[in-house]
Amino acid sequence: MNTEISGIILMFILVVALALPFGRYMGKVLNLENTFPDRIFNPLDKIFYKLGGVDTSREMNWKQHLKALLLINALWFILSMLMLTNMGWLPLNPDHNPSMRWDLAFNTSISFVTNTNLQHYSGENGISYLGQIVLMLWQFISAGTGIAICAVLFQAMKERTTDKLGNFYVYFVRSCTRILLPVAFISAVILVFNGTPMTFEGKDHITTLEGQQTEVKRGPVAAFVTIKHLGTNGGGFYGSNSAHPLENPNYLTNTLEMVTQMLIPFGLIFALGYILKRRRLSWVIFGVMTTGFLLLVIPTVITEMNGNPAISHMGVNQLAGNMEGKEVRFGSAASAYWSISTTVISTGSVNAMHDSYMPVSGMNQLLGMMVNCFYGGVGVGMLNFYVFIILAVFISGLMVGRTPEFLGKKIEAREVKIAMLVALLHPLLILGGTALSSYLYSTDPVYYSSWLNNPGHHGFSEMLYEFTSSGANNGSGFEGLGDNTPFWNIACGIVMLLARYLPIIGPIAIAGILAGKKYIPESNGTLKTDTSTFGMVIFAVIAIVAALAFFPALTLGPLAEYFSLR
Amino acid sequence: MKKNLTTAIRLTLVCIVCFCFLFPLLIWGIAQVSPGNGKGETIVVNGQKHYANIGQQFVSDRYFWSRPSAVNYNAAGSAGSNKGPSNPEYLKTVQNRIDTFLKHNPGISKEAIPVDLVTASGSGLDPHISVQGALVQIERIEKIRGIDKTELRKLIEKHTESPLFGPEKINVLKLNIALDQINETK
Repeated sequence: MNTEISGIILMFILVVALALPFGRYMGKVLNLENTFPDRIFNPLDKIFYKLGGVDTSREMNWKQHLKALLLINALWFILSMLMLTNMGWLPLNPDHNPSMRWDLAFNTSISFVTNTNLQHYSGENGISYLGQIVLMLWQFISAGTGIAICAVLFQAMKERTTDKLGNFYVYFVRSCTRILLPVAFISAVILVFNGTPMTFEGKDHITTLEGQQTEVKRGPVAAFVTIKHLGTNGGGFYGSNSAHPLENPNYLTNTLEMVTQMLIPFGLIFALGYILKRRRLSWVIFGVMTTGFLLLVIPTVITEMNGNPAISHMGVNQLAGNMEGKEVRFGSAASAYWSISTTVISTGSVNAMHDSYMPVSGMNQLLGMMVNCFYGGVGVGMLNFYVFIILAVFISGLMVGRTPEFLGKKIEAREVKIAMLVALLHPLLILGGTALSSYLYSTDPVYYSSWLNNPGHHGFSEMLYEFTSSGANNGSGFEGLGDNTPFWNIACGIVMLLARYLPIIGPIAIAGILAGKKYIPESNGTLKTDTSTFGMVIFAVIAIVAALAFFPALTLGPLAEYFSLR
Repeated sequence: MKKNLTTAIRLTLVCIVCFCFLFPLLIWGIAQVSPGNGKGETIVVNGQKHYANIGQQFVSDRYFWSRPSAVNYNAAGSAGSNKGPSNPEYLKTVQNRIDTFLKHNPGISKEAIPVDLVTASGSGLDPHISVQGALVQIERIEKIRGIDKTELRKLIEKHTESPLFGPEKINVLKLNIALDQINETK
């Protein structure tokens, strides 16, 4: 078989094979059970609790969880603003990069604290090493936040009646030390031995074989890149992200970065099955997500491997596929596979430039983010999916004339209203933002000409993509967009902020309210939720919500470009 | 609220120590025993240092050309062209690259030019070209350097990396260094 195709099949099999045991391990960690590396982690966690002043015995209800989460996140945002606007004169800045302007710092701080990692600066000359290391801290702890809040969801879904859902700080610390740290360490070591730099020295000056003078930017790359993927953060050390030959030197590191970014989103599905003792439910969720993923990834791989018809007309050999914006060492298949993986899970790191993908591929990347729950980001992907489960239970309950129940809890008007609001917020933020920017652009195309790198439909796609990426807390971009302006920095910052916290508050509120309700044991009248039929209902709800909300915008952008390209 | 705030501040400080100091230092320490000591893998030729993973610009006819680059292979930055597939200006650029290539490589048919030689990479620093990308340049190199075609083919074969997974490729810098060495030993 073609080595490019077998390469991507291997990537998928590897993730599933690793996520099954790792998901079980995460389930134990988040359910506060004993695990085999306790001997190392118990003392480490004790240090965290003691110095951090965490009262581990204090159980919180859902409101207290959210308060704790929002407060610590707000603190991180303030720290981040202070650091990014002052890093120019602080130590660890061998290349003398400047501090950020306030609007760029606003955007970047929100971006990294919300696990989005949208970057309106370029890593080579827009940030110091100290700044990079602080961003790396957000990459760890924003991912820890996501896993911790997902653990709260799992606790709330258990078959019991309670408002005590564990301690937020305990879940957070355990997620950081027992899940993120060990895997990040192993993957960083592999990266370092494959040529990814890990140094605090500045740029190197070299003379090329032809005698030109050029520079090579180095830095503490390996530590940054490893957590960027594991935590589904996605912000690159370098401007060109994982397309950069030092950030992602070969096919092995490409596979490693691919596997680590999918590991936790996959694993959490199986962790849910372990904690709730409902393996079948896990497999139903996995089935729905994987169906969605395959429906997006297969056409994209085919499209990219077929190449650009406009270039075929010029008569060159296009056997390698669409290679604009892609690296030879990955090829078009692995790049296409990566582009969909990174958009369905909200990583947003790229190993090829999304702006230069074919229109159908660009549309599928957009759809991955518009749906935002085929796997999804660490922790929050599960929260988004939970919203669709609630809607699906409600709709199918209505269809068969039974009281909607999920895991022994009655779903009533209040929960459905919250779920509907969260489901509608996502298109509102994306389409509202795109409408605003399109309107501004149309008022004065000359004044705003630096915004768009491409004319016509593709230019519209660049704006749509930026807001979709912000709204999905993804962070990838059609990077041709000239986005380091006050408008884009502030607009995307606000969208990222709302799109992170409201979809955390909503599902946790639903789960918290349900957890306090009376538990009704399953009977013959209960709608079975761990069947493939119910899986199809969830899929249909997701597809209908996404299609109705986003189809018109997709028609104006990628679809119109597809039909105009011959 | 007040209790949450003190916990938040103290816990954040612990995280700073663990993830901003200990973790990077640990990886940095391990990097000291890796190839290149964590500063990137380098090749030294005639006292000159080159980065094995960073592509270089080759525009002279004496060398195998690299792919086009949006940043001219200056690794102080990195970027792709970010041109959309239907952008008329971009398609014109590609056409110009084809024409330039044909001018410098007379006798080559258009169908023999692989797409990677006329499109820019994502990073602008792509160190590789496809095997066909090297083969199509043989005639030009033979004429200028006076190295026999079969020898050039052997050289390309030697430098072809055929991994178990992923595409076949050639590191242009390493290939050109070997090319210079052939001329020197003659």
